[in-house]
Amino acid sequence: MSAAWRSPRARVIVGTGIAAVVLFVVAPSVLSSFRLNLLAKFLCLAMVAVGIGLAWGRGGMLVLGQGVFFGLGGYMMAMHLKLEDAGPGGVPDFMTLYGDGVVPGWWEPFRDPVFTLVAIVVLPTVLAALLGLAVFTRRVRGAYFAILSQALAAAFAILLIGQQKVTGGTNGLNGFRSFFGFDLADPVNKKMLYFIAAGTLLVMVLLVRLLMRSRYGELLVAVRDQENRVRFLGYNPAVIKAAAFAVAACFASIGGALFTPIVGIISPADVGVVPSIVFLVGVAIGGRATLLGPVLGAVAVSWAESSLSESFPSFWTYFQGALFIVVVAFLPQGIATLGQVRLRLRVRSQDEAPDEGTAEPPPDEAAEPGASAPSTSGRTA
Amino acid sequence: MSVGLTGCGSKTDDTPGAAGTGGSAGASCVDTSGDSIKIGFLNSLSGTMAISEQTVRDSLDMAADEINAAGGVLGKKLTVVAEDGASEPTVFAEKAEKLITSDCVAAVFGGWTSSSRKAMLPVFEGHDSLLFYPVQYEGLEASKNIFYTGATTNQQIIPAMDYLKEQGKKKVFLVGSDYVFPRTANKEIIAYAKANGIEIVGEEYAPLGHTDFATIVNKLKGSGADAVFNTLNGDSNVAFFKEYKNAGMSADAMPVVSVSIAEEEVGGIGVDNVEGQLTAWNYYQTVDSPANKKFVADFKAKYGDDRVTSDPMEAAYTSLYLWKGMVEKAKSFAVPDIQAAAGGVSFEAPEGTVTVNGDNHHIAKTALIGKIAADGLIYTEWSSDGPIEPDPFLKGYDWAAGLS
Repeated sequence: MSAAWRSPRARVIVGTGIAAVVLFVVAPSVLSSFRLNLLAKFLCLAMVAVGIGLAWGRGGMLVLGQGVFFGLGGYMMAMHLKLEDAGPGGVPDFMTLYGDGVVPGWWEPFRDPVFTLVAIVVLPTVLAALLGLAVFTRRVRGAYFAILSQALAAAFAILLIGQQKVTGGTNGLNGFRSFFGFDLADPVNKKMLYFIAAGTLLVMVLLVRLLMRSRYGELLVAVRDQENRVRFLGYNPAVIKAAAFAVAACFASIGGALFTPIVGIISPADVGVVPSIVFLVGVAIGGRATLLGPVLGAVAVSWAESSLSESFPSFWTYFQGALFIVVVAFLPQGIATLGQVRLRLRVRSQDEAPDEGTAEPPPDEAAEPGASAPSTSGRTA
Repeated sequence: MSVGLTGCGSKTDDTPGAAGTGGSAGASCVDTSGDSIKIGFLNSLSGTMAISEQTVRDSLDMAADEINAAGGVLGKKLTVVAEDGASEPTVFAEKAEKLITSDCVAAVFGGWTSSSRKAMLPVFEGHDSLLFYPVQYEGLEASKNIFYTGATTNQQIIPAMDYLKEQGKKKVFLVGSDYVFPRTANKEIIAYAKANGIEIVGEEYAPLGHTDFATIVNKLKGSGADAVFNTLNGDSNVAFFKEYKNAGMSADAMPVVSVSIAEEEVGGIGVDNVEGQLTAWNYYQTVDSPANKKFVADFKAKYGDDRVTSDPMEAAYTSLYLWKGMVEKAKSFAVPDIQAAAGGVSFEAPEGTVTVNGDNHHIAKTALIGKIAADGLIYTEWSSDGPIEPDPFLKGYDWAAGLS
């Protein structure tokens, strides 16, 4: 995927151009409106994946609970859409059905579109930053951090189910008619949502690329590989990790917020333990430490799931499991590194010859020499 | 596929009057020119609900085969497009959209959980298409785009309460899984109890899939209840009934009325755990009618002698025939024609004669309270006087005034 070009800058420009053409020109013209909407949904999931790529692939934090932040964004957006549909001072339909017909105080601010948008970006980010600082300064890491994040996802889903009067319970929130004044049943507006999602994802990928190239990116990888050495050099690894965790949470929240109007529903089934793990599977298959691996992995896995389940309903689960095992066992760095592995094999076969052209590992890979460790979690900090 | 894209998307403000109708959804793409017509089956074939929904799919398949063997609908053979809902509301919404807009089916049959129905409802309303939903549910809903062929509350839960009242039960304990159906059903039961001099001595919820019922059964034992109303779902029933037995309670002294246990589930829970307990449905495999004898015999012939038939399966089977009846009455596959023709369409179903209510799109059904026997089947213990008219919003009951 990324082995051929010389200058990294040229690669980024060309790559971004290709991605933009595919997303903004090719996809809308060849896909039916249903498939395009489906792609929009996958792009939302890919946003979560981009964040996981940063936190897990680069930062080594096995984030098993991104469903929480995805859900926070999704539910905040859903609350606004519900209140918008209910009209000024109105009560969302499900509250009269299951509750006492009174809009609780903490719902009220979400009537305001600006507050909602700000909250979607800020709230999960701050929450993740605080949580991250609290956890990482106590040097909680590895499996313990993974378990903690997963427990959060489980607790969040249970909380949502239990508070049916204000969250819609297992039904979740759905039946939105408009999106900031735009009729959601109109195919043109659906297309608009797709473009918003595609644009947002592109910006996110470029942001992560910037972060990865920056001094901070180097530090993050350093923390992943040798946290103590970074500490001895005078940096605070907790802050570095919390920042990546917060960015990942922010991306997940934005993904969730766009997911809600695109799919038309957000429910506890989209935010609990299982979806949180599915996010991770896509990233692992795609290649967690690469820039585009998580995006492609997430989109490919969701696309395969959707189309395979159309022809072989119950077969999909087995296929996904098998794919995951194969990738983890034979391509621990993900499918995005397939090109590099081939290159490496070729170099190895020419080993007798004087190796002037030792296929230099692409910059994305440089910090991870132990590509053979066959573990799902890789090196988690 | 996408119809005439104009320059700019419509805003909801543009059409103040049409806000409730979902606006511009584009014309239906159903193809009625050939000698076949497409319909969609959407059930969970994977995930936690697969075990129940597969049985519904089986009976839908059987109904489609029967209709095709008898010449189809309006001379057109049915072509079934099958989809998997994967036990997730989001997937149900996505697949419903696919069936309507990509496959262009004339109607969709399926759904089980309330959350799957709630997720699909805006899709069917937005595209003005039809869903036939075959499972009893909590009521308080009536979409012109959904036909509800299972019971609403006044055809299942209220008759069950009537039965308990008739039996002289004064103290009822409520136990249910923590999701929409039990919570809404219990809200209605509490209102009924208040108006009918029955005391609710406990209301307990367990998370879906919960299997530790020691605490709840202890509370139940100490509550002095003389009957239990059970809205637990799935595996939880096994644990609940085992604990109930261990605590020394019996169906004679304190019967449990269940609304989610049918023939299919009895085997899974274990007959010895639930023998003698009560259920509330509109159909049992043991219903004595020619239509049911044929239904059960055909089903066993097709899928094996060890299979049983249950209420949701029968309601699904019936739903396909009701759709056929509506189409033939309307002489059209178009949604508005079917909606206009639906009222009064009836079918000699295995459960007895059922008739569609044209106003709320539910069907008139007879309520049956049954007792689980040692052979794993359920036998009718009590039956309502003929079919009960559906009343999803309980408008005909004074005590239900504040519910919806």
